[in-house]
Amino acid sequence: MSLSKIKHIVLVLSGKGGVGKSSVTTQLALSLSLAGHSVGVLDVDLTGPSIPRMFAIEDAKVTQAPGGWLPITVHEADPTSGLGSLRVMSLGFLLPGRGDAVVWRGPKKTAMVRQFLSDVFWEELDYLLIDTPPGTSDEHISLAETLLQKARPDQVAGAVIVTTPQAVATADVRKELNFCTKTGIRILGVVENMCGFVCPNCSECTNIFGSGGGEVMADDFNVKFLGRVPIDQQFIVLVETGKRPRYPEGTVINGQDISAAAKEAEAEEAKRDTAQLVLKYKDCSLAPIFKTITADVVSAVEQGGA
Amino acid sequence: MAPSLEAPDDEVRDVLANPLKKKPDLVAPEPEHCPGPESEQAGTADSCAGCPNQQICASAPKGPDPDLPLITARLADVKHKILVLSGKGGVGKSTLTVQLAHAFATNPDTTVGVMDTDICGPSIPKMLGVETETIHTSNAGWEPVWAMDNLAVMSIQFLLPNRDDAIIWRGPKKNGLIKQFLKDVQWGELDFLLVDTPPGTSDEHLSVNTFLKESKIEGAVVVTTPQEVALLDVRKEIDFCRKAGIRVLGIVENMSLFVCPGCKHESKIFLDHTGGGRGLAEELGIPFLGSVPLDPRIGIACDYGESFFDSFPDSSACKALKGVVKGLVEQIGLDPEVLLPEGDGSS
Repeated sequence: MSLSKIKHIVLVLSGKGGVGKSSVTTQLALSLSLAGHSVGVLDVDLTGPSIPRMFAIEDAKVTQAPGGWLPITVHEADPTSGLGSLRVMSLGFLLPGRGDAVVWRGPKKTAMVRQFLSDVFWEELDYLLIDTPPGTSDEHISLAETLLQKARPDQVAGAVIVTTPQAVATADVRKELNFCTKTGIRILGVVENMCGFVCPNCSECTNIFGSGGGEVMADDFNVKFLGRVPIDQQFIVLVETGKRPRYPEGTVINGQDISAAAKEAEAEEAKRDTAQLVLKYKDCSLAPIFKTITADVVSAVEQGGA
Repeated sequence: MAPSLEAPDDEVRDVLANPLKKKPDLVAPEPEHCPGPESEQAGTADSCAGCPNQQICASAPKGPDPDLPLITARLADVKHKILVLSGKGGVGKSTLTVQLAHAFATNPDTTVGVMDTDICGPSIPKMLGVETETIHTSNAGWEPVWAMDNLAVMSIQFLLPNRDDAIIWRGPKKNGLIKQFLKDVQWGELDFLLVDTPPGTSDEHLSVNTFLKESKIEGAVVVTTPQEVALLDVRKEIDFCRKAGIRVLGIVENMSLFVCPGCKHESKIFLDHTGGGRGLAEELGIPFLGSVPLDPRIGIACDYGESFFDSFPDSSACKALKGVVKGLVEQIGLDPEVLLPEGDGSS
């Protein structure tokens, strides 16, 4: 079966839309890859696939092979620099035009989710991250059902829940936590995204969507709080235009001066914009934050397996 | 067969009572590519061959849904039905719906209804500060919750026994509830019915469109944020509107600029390097209704269920929102001067 060579399956869920499920999936994938794991990303958001855009591979098309559909390779493993391979599958690759609407009712979405789980030819993977649409409906029910049937219990590691701090978002995400409880999906932890924005002009941090809502929710449900992720304009620039993140001098995050790293990178001007996404991401201020989150997720996954 | 993970209907069903249009009693779950047991091709489509339900579906009464005239009758006194759509989640559909409702409701002579069709993530009740309300039923139907004297609200949140309950429903069940919202709720005489939708282009959208076809939808307001990741999904939604024959009244770009409260520096957090909402509107020949800046106070007002217009009438976000409302009113051929007399916000 297509899932047989995968060690751990991690779902990225949120009841609310636009909180950053796809960005968190992307960054988890990049961080896991930087940590040397081989990673696959499966995008089951059928009516709004964002993952192809996030990895800047919108033009890619899926090819059919005897083993099933071949996922798109973002980059191959590079043992010398300790980089794991990264492959992606999304409905976006199957659509003829990028503006085409997929107007499907439930049963058809169910069929597609099932097909995505059974017909994609994944090679050996340490982690398969599944990015989901918002809600607790057809895609989620099908995903949970199909995983129950087709994956071994030790493969399904659990779910990372994404939220933003404001009460309107956590209200929906609480429903998603209840969904996980009802369907028996283990919760690996909660990520609070879009927490704080640092003004590039005066460096004042504004909590646009408030702060702390995710942590309170994690406490209420007695699940692990994985961390806060601020809004980083440079990450959006990276995704939108492919420019390597650059910060004003003296930007220090977690005790590391990240502007210095960017300077070094500037020396390789010629290489800059063509470099692999994963290498550019290393310069992003969010990379160290996600390194910690990823480490926590990995240890939670491994604890569960043991 | 797959083990079913759908929540047992338990308490929710007690409240929802019986489904209206009777879906045929199926002997097996709907197969892949099922055209839908209520659809025209039920039992006759290619994918129906070999389905254990084929006979049942084929012999079920066909033709237009017998409930459609009932919906049309129920909504006969609703003047303008406006959908708020976006392919992307979290761009501010509910926020905009609530702000529109507040803006219209500042005129005491205007009655506004808000219907929340986001079944899995209802946000409207919280944003209007009526989260803890429940529905009252009478012979005439369900009484909507009145958030203000002239602002009626309907959402699944009012039917949940516990605030955090997950609604683990597949499409047909969601459709049934949306139908009830239209058919059984005593909307009465409304000047505007604003329909807030979930992200995507799926069951809820199809149903709202089908159910309202006869009583005519005025059009849809499409909400987006400036970055391409969002525009990508919004394009799909506009494509959906075209396919479904819904007029797009205009595009609203939300979260466009952020003004630092410290130094007043303007940042484009969500970079619009492909042209943003305005670019998309020009590209597709759709009116652009305006950009609303990202103001943390809008979020706070929504968290506490207050009207942003009342709380911060002088903010630039409030002015931008008023511009959007005005543009929208003009698009539906009404006179903003009459509908929204100046000095609104004081109510």
